Amino acid sequence: MIRIVLPQHLRTLAKVGWEVEVAVSGPVTQRAVLDALEEAYPVLQGTIRDHGSDKRRPLVRFFACQDDLSNEPPDSPLPEAVASGKEPLLIVGAMAGG
Amino acid sequence: MIGVRMLVGTRKGAFILTSDEKRKKWDVDGPHFAGWEIYHMKGSPADPDRLYCSQSTSWFGQLIQRSNDGGKTWEPVGNEFKYASETGTHLWYDGTPRPWEFARVWHLEPSLHDADTIYAGVEDAAMFRSTDAGQSWKELTSLRTHESAPFWAPGAGGMGLHTILQHPTNPKRIFIAISAAGVFRTDDAGETWQPMNKGLKSPEIPNPEAEVGHCVHRIAMHPSRPETLFMQKHWDVMRSDDAGESWVEVSGNLPSDFGFPIDVHAHEPETIYVVPITSDSFHVPPDGKLRVYRSRSGGNEWEALTNGLPQKDCYVNVLRDAMAVDSLDSCGIYFGTTGGQVYASADSGNSWAPIVRDLPAVLSVEVQTTS
Repeated sequence: MIRIVLPQHLRTLAKVGWEVEVAVSGPVTQRAVLDALEEAYPVLQGTIRDHGSDKRRPLVRFFACQDDLSNEPPDSPLPEAVASGKEPLLIVGAMAGG
Repeated sequence: MIGVRMLVGTRKGAFILTSDEKRKKWDVDGPHFAGWEIYHMKGSPADPDRLYCSQSTSWFGQLIQRSNDGGKTWEPVGNEFKYASETGTHLWYDGTPRPWEFARVWHLEPSLHDADTIYAGVEDAAMFRSTDAGQSWKELTSLRTHESAPFWAPGAGGMGLHTILQHPTNPKRIFIAISAAGVFRTDDAGETWQPMNKGLKSPEIPNPEAEVGHCVHRIAMHPSRPETLFMQKHWDVMRSDDAGESWVEVSGNLPSDFGFPIDVHAHEPETIYVVPITSDSFHVPPDGKLRVYRSRSGGNEWEALTNGLPQKDCYVNVLRDAMAVDSLDSCGIYFGTTGGQVYASADSGNSWAPIVRDLPAVLSVEVQTTS
């Protein structure tokens, strides 16, 4: 299972706790994980990626294993530690004022 | 029990304020959707416990929430606002063409007749309609593709469609207003739109009397006189008595004719309210005095309403969607400020009192008269 940590506003919206888990069949990429997340929690559609284009919203960041993966191609493999479930994928609201 | 339910949208959440018909004691419920900007909430005239709410942040985009029980519980509904055809361009601040891009829903206007039908005015300016209680949204495309649209430009707050007025008996007639394009009217339920800006004069644009390009801040109508419209423009308070075909200025003796909201008394169609603001470069009340101005003659002759409002050191603004009226026998007038105060008058504006003083900046106020 892939572990995902959501920002507080999206945890509230999806009515979930600190961490959620989703199953991904096939290569574990950013796109595949977000597709699985949105399938499990449809209310998150449009909040992390734009509808239609699936482009990451400008003030959302993807971190894992202490690296910023936000600008990685969506079909690139995520780190092995994320794919194995050892480390979570962190979805973060960018620091941009309050 | 007869009473009032006020829907207050703020920079950091939604609040629901309720009172009985005396409107002296209020219960404050909230924040709902804490931390999110609530541009607008409004209840369905056809089913007053059906509420709709526009919730957004720059981080996580747009959500629409729906309540079926007067705001006790909410559920997110559809949030995909997809322009229905090739997006053209409008003018950007520097005069260059810029493709239409959805930013947020500024205003939600439920149908007068059907609780499941609702209109949404969005930035970049366009109008959407849902006929399934907000689950899905479809653009009324011909407004955004109007021949004048390439020349529309954003106001300081963005290019938003902020006002939607439905004719009380002819569902095919709708008025909308866009900053900064102006007023448009459809007589065929959104199939076609006509600019309705004749008589407006805006020295801030190259042709002050252009057909489009005016920064209309708000328009209002009394349901008993749908041919008469009132407008608070960037500068100037205006009225039309021919359904928007022509406008005349009625600023009269106002201390400033700049402002944002305008509203009409529930039972007196010639009694209107504005909140004068110093200027386009200083969005606070003149002289630090928060004054609502009332005209009982449909404009031109205005009286300051000050009883209970701060008359010194007050430097807040009242935004375009932040004034509303109830329909109790003694008409209540309400407005919220960017300083987080919500003021109420239960006697048509003669006296005022704050309901709450320290909310986040108020973006919108709507009122339902409950029974």
